Amino acid sequence: MAEIRVPTLGESVTEATVGKWFKHAGDAVAADEPLVELETDKVTVEVPAPAAGVLSAIAVKDGETVAVGALLGEIKEGAQAPAKATAVPLGRPEQKTETTAPINAAEEEPRPRQPAAQQASPHAAEPAALSPSVRKLAAESGVDPASVVGSGKDGRLTKADMLAAIERAAAAPIPIAHSTAATSLRAPAPPDDAAREERVKMTRLRQTIARRLKEAQNTAAMLTTFNEVDMNAVMHLRNQYKELFEKKHGAKLGFMGFFVRACVQALKDIPAVNAELDGADIIYKNYYHIGVAVGSERGLVVPVVRDADRKSVAQIESEIADFGRRARDGTLKIEEMQGGTFTISNGGVYGSLMSTPILNAPQSGILGMHKIEERPVVVAGRIEARPMMYLALSYDHRIVDGREAVTFLVRVKELLEDPTRLVLDL
Amino acid sequence: MPYDVIVIGSGPGGYVCAIRAAQLGMKVAVVEKEKTFGGTCLNIGCIPSKALLHASHLYDEAGHLFDRMGIKVNKPRLDLPGMMKFKDEGVDSNVKGVAFLFKKNKVESFRGIGRIAGAGAVEVTGPRGKSEKLEAKAIVIATGSDVARLPGIEIDEKRIVSSTGALALAKVPQRLLVIGAGVIGLELGSVWRRLGAEVIVVEFLDRILTGMDDEVCRQFHRMLEKQGMTFKLSSKVTGVAAADGALRASVAPANGGATAAIEADVVLVSIGRVPFTEGLGLEAVGVKRDNKGRVLVDARFATNVPGIHAIGDVIAGPMLAHKAEEEGVAVAEILAGQAGHVNYDVIPNVVYTFPEIASVGKSEEELKTARIAYRVGKFPFTANARAKVNLETEGFVKILADAGTDRVLGVHILGADAGNMIAEAAVGMEFGAAAEDIARTCHPHPTLSEAVKEAALAVDKRAINM
Repeated sequence: MAEIRVPTLGESVTEATVGKWFKHAGDAVAADEPLVELETDKVTVEVPAPAAGVLSAIAVKDGETVAVGALLGEIKEGAQAPAKATAVPLGRPEQKTETTAPINAAEEEPRPRQPAAQQASPHAAEPAALSPSVRKLAAESGVDPASVVGSGKDGRLTKADMLAAIERAAAAPIPIAHSTAATSLRAPAPPDDAAREERVKMTRLRQTIARRLKEAQNTAAMLTTFNEVDMNAVMHLRNQYKELFEKKHGAKLGFMGFFVRACVQALKDIPAVNAELDGADIIYKNYYHIGVAVGSERGLVVPVVRDADRKSVAQIESEIADFGRRARDGTLKIEEMQGGTFTISNGGVYGSLMSTPILNAPQSGILGMHKIEERPVVVAGRIEARPMMYLALSYDHRIVDGREAVTFLVRVKELLEDPTRLVLDL
Repeated sequence: MPYDVIVIGSGPGGYVCAIRAAQLGMKVAVVEKEKTFGGTCLNIGCIPSKALLHASHLYDEAGHLFDRMGIKVNKPRLDLPGMMKFKDEGVDSNVKGVAFLFKKNKVESFRGIGRIAGAGAVEVTGPRGKSEKLEAKAIVIATGSDVARLPGIEIDEKRIVSSTGALALAKVPQRLLVIGAGVIGLELGSVWRRLGAEVIVVEFLDRILTGMDDEVCRQFHRMLEKQGMTFKLSSKVTGVAAADGALRASVAPANGGATAAIEADVVLVSIGRVPFTEGLGLEAVGVKRDNKGRVLVDARFATNVPGIHAIGDVIAGPMLAHKAEEEGVAVAEILAGQAGHVNYDVIPNVVYTFPEIASVGKSEEELKTARIAYRVGKFPFTANARAKVNLETEGFVKILADAGTDRVLGVHILGADAGNMIAEAAVGMEFGAAAEDIARTCHPHPTLSEAVKEAALAVDKRAINM
């Protein structure tokens, strides 16, 4: 018997929704054939059959929430379809039953199966059947029964086992999947207003974003330091070379390339901002994967430009452009949104002048870019109109000093106000 | 040719042990001192008493309930010899059944008293005095129990009877005095009350059915009184004398006081049973017993003498046929090298009166003594659709569940067919069921078993039909 389980979905993705089963119980399946579609907030994943045989059991229905590692179904290996209750001859292609058997019979090699060995392992990992109270508790709490050790007969889960597991999960620092039966603490609105309300359920993506934002806030000692940058030099550079740039590199020359390069250099100077706190350890990272926040209809996603220190402005620009396109199409892959060490978020495109971005956990710093606005500033004793942008750095004060945070921002400002310094690594 | 195992006694413990051993491939011999197989249970215990309980119950119903159902019969007449014949036929078919099973499983049987001559040796002495020696790798003592006697009261099985005589009375006594308000006394008292006797029950303790759930017993006591049984609790019988063709029993308060006389035609001594080890030669072989005469065994049913095991009424534990059966299977499996095991926490207990009483697991008193916090779910049969229709609304189902984990710790049923309904509870408890699990298992409607589901719902205070 081969189990079909929810695969690892990606860093910090703990659950998915069952989208659609491609096969029905009793169907013959080939190894690696996609069986069921799982939806997460970021991406849709197909789960392949771990072995060839007959899909003997489907444990979850369309629309159900499953945790990573949860049991989705079972495949009776080597069996012929359809698998009725009576004993089915195994691995004997010549003995065909009604429907789709012939194709599989030709394809699969008869697996050597020892019925005695099968019976000799009665304490198989998953409980054959969950008792009603266990099923209800599992569905309501989101705690995966497959992750709970059973103390009942033959390793079965008892209600006590589930209750204890739920208690442990509630006490654990990493929150287990949300309860679908969310208790509403909201006082009912007066009928006159209530009639003018519209209750819309949050999308999975939004729920996850909400959760992660709170996690970040609740974990880090987060605060924001500000500075401003005179974008004159960068804009001048841009105007001068944008056509040539586009002709040579096929990508538009925006600001992000400069900002990413500036941040990378500043991160090299102030390593704490590129680090991560893990328990009592600080993990300094000698690589620079810069996440670039992209807004889409679905919500904010943060694809990561990996090894940004080894990429040219052109490469960075085209990568970001591509991310933007695919974010809108919803085709970004989960791996593309993982592993970032620092994030840049641009609120300026929407008109924001100043803001305090929230950290993208488990990172320790996030740079907020804003609207470039002509403002009167004093340059060499005289008042001039300059295109100014406020910069914000939100950081985790647990591992980044005030001095480090301020210095980081000053470095970014210096590098942007004099792009030559980017070239000379100054 | 030595046997793999010789089982001494063919009651529920012995015959089941023998059959299981044979199933596991062993060469088995059974020694039985009586003419028929089946021990006390089949011959003078469970089976005949259930036959009389069934017949007498129908006789009672015919006389009182049929009219209400539109069945017009004249007052039913009792043909006691006919009822006894009915009982004997039931016994006969069962003992013949055991004989058939022995043949089917190739179990050899020897008639006579079995004496353990030494390790691995049993000497069987037949009714005519002839003896033969049998050899075996293992011996299982399954000799069961006998009636407990009251000192000073001689049982003649005619007027002063034990359960054996009470199952075969020649005529319905006018007045029956039952000594001991335990299972046997109440069951047989019920039989004769239904058949027309005036029944008085004398009990030493201040309650009936000691050991069973308090609440159940109190309610059942009231029901029996309504049925016409009279009780004298906290009383003891100090003697029974013959007087003017009847019997006169001297009854005094349990902790001393003035003696009163109760007259009766028949006196039933049903104060309990004691292990039976006569003729086994245990002293000579050195098998140890406790101060109650029970053979001492370890967790593998082995006595202190290697190769000799014991099960059933002859060892400690509830003196129940099904307990002996479980032990019979366990010891056979242990002898075959498997992990035989008996779960003593889930052995049901049934009283086959009407209404029946059945329980499995702990009583409220036991939980209180053990300081285990529990919740109670009770459901009366007056609220059960089927019971209402059948006019069988007496009694209730009570489920005791752990206050923290909801695990079912005990189930007690007072009502019609309780003995059958308790099996569901036993299965649930074997799997560590929570009350919620039983509550969420679909039960067919309309049946009495729904009361079990409702009682489980009641644990959570959410019974539907109450």
